[in-house]
Amino acid sequence: MTDFITLDPPADAAPGRGEPVLEVRDLSVDFGVDKKWVPAAIGLNYEVRAGEVLAIVGESGSGKSASSMALLGLLPTNSRVTGSVKLAGRELLGANEANIRAVRGKDVAVIFQEPMTALNPVYTVGAQIVETVRLHNEVSPEEARIRALRMLDLVELPDPEKAFRSYPHQLSGGQRQRAMIAQSLSCDPKLLIADEPTTALDVTVQAEILDLMRNLRNKLDSAIVLITHDMGVVADLADRIAVMRKGLIVETGTAAQIFHNPQHEYTQALLAAVPHLGQGGTDATTEVDVTAALAAATHAEILSIPEDELIRRERENAAALAAAEAAKPKGEPVLELKDVAIEYPKQGRVPAFRAVEGANLVIYPGQVVGLVGESGSGKTTIGRAAVGLLPVAEGTMRVVGQDISAAKRNGRQLHEMRRHVGMVFQDPSSSLNPRLPIGESIGEPMFLAKVAKGAELQHRIEALLDQVELPRDYRNRYPHELSGGQKQRVGIARALSLKPKLMVADEPTSALDVSVQARVLDLFQNLQKELGFACLFVTHDLAVVDVLADRICVMQRGRIVEQGTRDQILRNPQEPYTQRLLAAVPLPDPDKQRERRELRAQLLSGAS
Amino acid sequence: MPTYILKRFLQLIPVFLGATLLVYFLVFSLPGDPIVALFGDKPVNVAVAAKLREQYHLDQPFWIQYLLYLKSIFTFDLGQDFSGRPIATVLGEVFPVTARLAIMALIFEGVFGIVFGLIAGLRKGKFFDATVLIASLVVIAIPIFVLGFLLQFTIGVQLGWAKPTVSSAATVQDLILPAIVLGLGSFAYVLRLTRTSVIENMNADYVRTATAKGLSRFQVVRVHILRNSLIPVITFLGADLGALMGGAIVTEGIFNVPGVGNRLYRAVLSGEGPTVVSIVTVLVLIYCLSNLLVDLLYGWLDPRIRYDS
Repeated sequence: MTDFITLDPPADAAPGRGEPVLEVRDLSVDFGVDKKWVPAAIGLNYEVRAGEVLAIVGESGSGKSASSMALLGLLPTNSRVTGSVKLAGRELLGANEANIRAVRGKDVAVIFQEPMTALNPVYTVGAQIVETVRLHNEVSPEEARIRALRMLDLVELPDPEKAFRSYPHQLSGGQRQRAMIAQSLSCDPKLLIADEPTTALDVTVQAEILDLMRNLRNKLDSAIVLITHDMGVVADLADRIAVMRKGLIVETGTAAQIFHNPQHEYTQALLAAVPHLGQGGTDATTEVDVTAALAAATHAEILSIPEDELIRRERENAAALAAAEAAKPKGEPVLELKDVAIEYPKQGRVPAFRAVEGANLVIYPGQVVGLVGESGSGKTTIGRAAVGLLPVAEGTMRVVGQDISAAKRNGRQLHEMRRHVGMVFQDPSSSLNPRLPIGESIGEPMFLAKVAKGAELQHRIEALLDQVELPRDYRNRYPHELSGGQKQRVGIARALSLKPKLMVADEPTSALDVSVQARVLDLFQNLQKELGFACLFVTHDLAVVDVLADRICVMQRGRIVEQGTRDQILRNPQEPYTQRLLAAVPLPDPDKQRERRELRAQLLSGAS
Repeated sequence: MPTYILKRFLQLIPVFLGATLLVYFLVFSLPGDPIVALFGDKPVNVAVAAKLREQYHLDQPFWIQYLLYLKSIFTFDLGQDFSGRPIATVLGEVFPVTARLAIMALIFEGVFGIVFGLIAGLRKGKFFDATVLIASLVVIAIPIFVLGFLLQFTIGVQLGWAKPTVSSAATVQDLILPAIVLGLGSFAYVLRLTRTSVIENMNADYVRTATAKGLSRFQVVRVHILRNSLIPVITFLGADLGALMGGAIVTEGIFNVPGVGNRLYRAVLSGEGPTVVSIVTVLVLIYCLSNLLVDLLYGWLDPRIRYDS
């Protein structure tokens, strides 16, 4: 524990007041695996005061979730928890079951990551909140109902009565998370544990939920422990931050200290790995300044930045935009969509669903086009249609010189076309056959296309493993023996195996940890430069396309609402939807994030 | 919802027509002359045989026979069986007995299957779970007639806890042992289905949420695990009611239960087309209705299904 660094917050900077609500001392969590104790968290020390937000940041496997679930005894039975957890001076560890139950939901409430599965699908939202209220308070059903409605109103659900009567699946993701928050707050908890509360949500919805939590923190007097892997989420909400790695807290400090002056190298690496807008400017010195761009495009006023500063940033943007105008040489398009509509075909009684309408899009050789939008916007649909997995209902789609709009499903033409197209899928774990060694997964396309076999095939597989920077002897390993990032490298190698002219990448990094994501994106970028394939990069993350893409298409509800060069979209967004999307991206910098939030508020109030 | 139920009822029409036609055809193509068989060892009286053939329309071609049969159904006059008793009366005698037997079996397999499955699921990997799993495997593996004779002999004859055969009144008490034998196979399936379902739901996020709310273990199980786990089990039970009604032939044979299975078996042997088809048609209708009931229950248990249709 030599690398343990604690920065004591200066007394005046601490936003929390009085005695700590939660005091954690020497908290260790072990899991019993194969009759051995495997540590998940080691000797954690932290405290949270009323009205204070402590963010615990770390990547998967860092022990951040396990240690927080241990506070309430929510871990599976094969775990062991030692140390001391004091809630308002009362020891929780080792307390008897009845006492712990009285604390759960009343004094300490939890918000979970996935709001769809965290609420019971067979009961109405109202019933579930009423259950919590009546469990801890001796109130009549009617009083409980009124309280539940008040909570639903507090979390800014547009129609509390309707939400009360709704089943979880009838609400959108953001509404479900609001309902979950309403349930958590229904007994005025002293401490709120939020475990990745926005990870499963779209960026605009994420921004709304973060706004809500900020408002609630000001209204209520709860202490909040926020568990997340996303430095952007933390920047605007946390007062203090604890960075965890491999079960240890490697650094704690105020938000300003961590962001502006990170001491531990892991914190520095974590911050550097967060993809954020402005990384991919045409030359490294001019950062894309979205704040200035948005302010200029919408004539919004930002109170916290001086006028001349904004003008200066905007001038930089204009210069960069002009530089970006020097377009790359073009050629025969690799992918061309003309007024394309794509439908999910009718299935039984479920009618056909038109997911994309009137899409126009061109990708030239060597170009990377980022397709961004929120869930349900149709971006994945376009990606799937481009490899012939979905039929084109209207318009023409040309892939690698062939018109596939009228191609028969599984016909010879699609077969032929797929030799020139590679695809990388979102979830590396489920897109690799678990019963095939990865070498075979990589070699399969070449074998099926009869381009190589025998020793030649083995040779090509080795070359591909080299390209994605995996050791050659990994070829005999099975997918479950690899980490997420390694699996996605295998996915990329497989997509590259036929030397495709076009690569369709569907959210290839969104299932990965930030530092892993950064390395995979790096690799992808290098391969693209080296091999020169064109790429349709589907993602929800604007920061990722900023790094990679030459052009960006923004999709909303099945339509491409805006497209242009990367710099046009990021430095001079015209569509209100693009502006909202940009303003919602969290920044790993507390000050800039505050500017962005002000701007977002103005955009939204201007829109309504 | 009403349109959904109406639609399901309309779907019964083709099922009804198809089932009757198919069964009628199968009985029609049975080898041997049922009228000749009726005389047994006695010499065939040609005049009587011709009269009987006319009475049962056996002198007509298949289609006419079938249409005449359909007509008899819609005029609520099912005719007579070969012993001269109205078929309607026969149905009225045998169906209540088998229904009683099937419902008792269903209650047995439902209650015990769910309770044992729930406990086994909650104690996954422990002694109770392992024992119950092995026992259920044994039950599934042994053919029902072996189990039937075994239980009849040990419990009925040796221990004398229950009557080894059923009286003609077929009271509830008489039927306890046959019902257990009839329900044993499905009991094992219900148990395993419940267990799997409970184990799956125990690890669900909303169960963790329920615990985090401060609910006791018992409340979590009762309110959040049990109801969600029952959805697949109910489907199985509903479909099984139809199977129990029609599939009781072996059990009814062992315990001499005067029910549908016994009568159907005799009717098939003697080639009594109208009797066979009448019984099978009622069975088909029961099967369809119990499936409809399951679908409605399904919607009640799982709102995601209710609102999507």
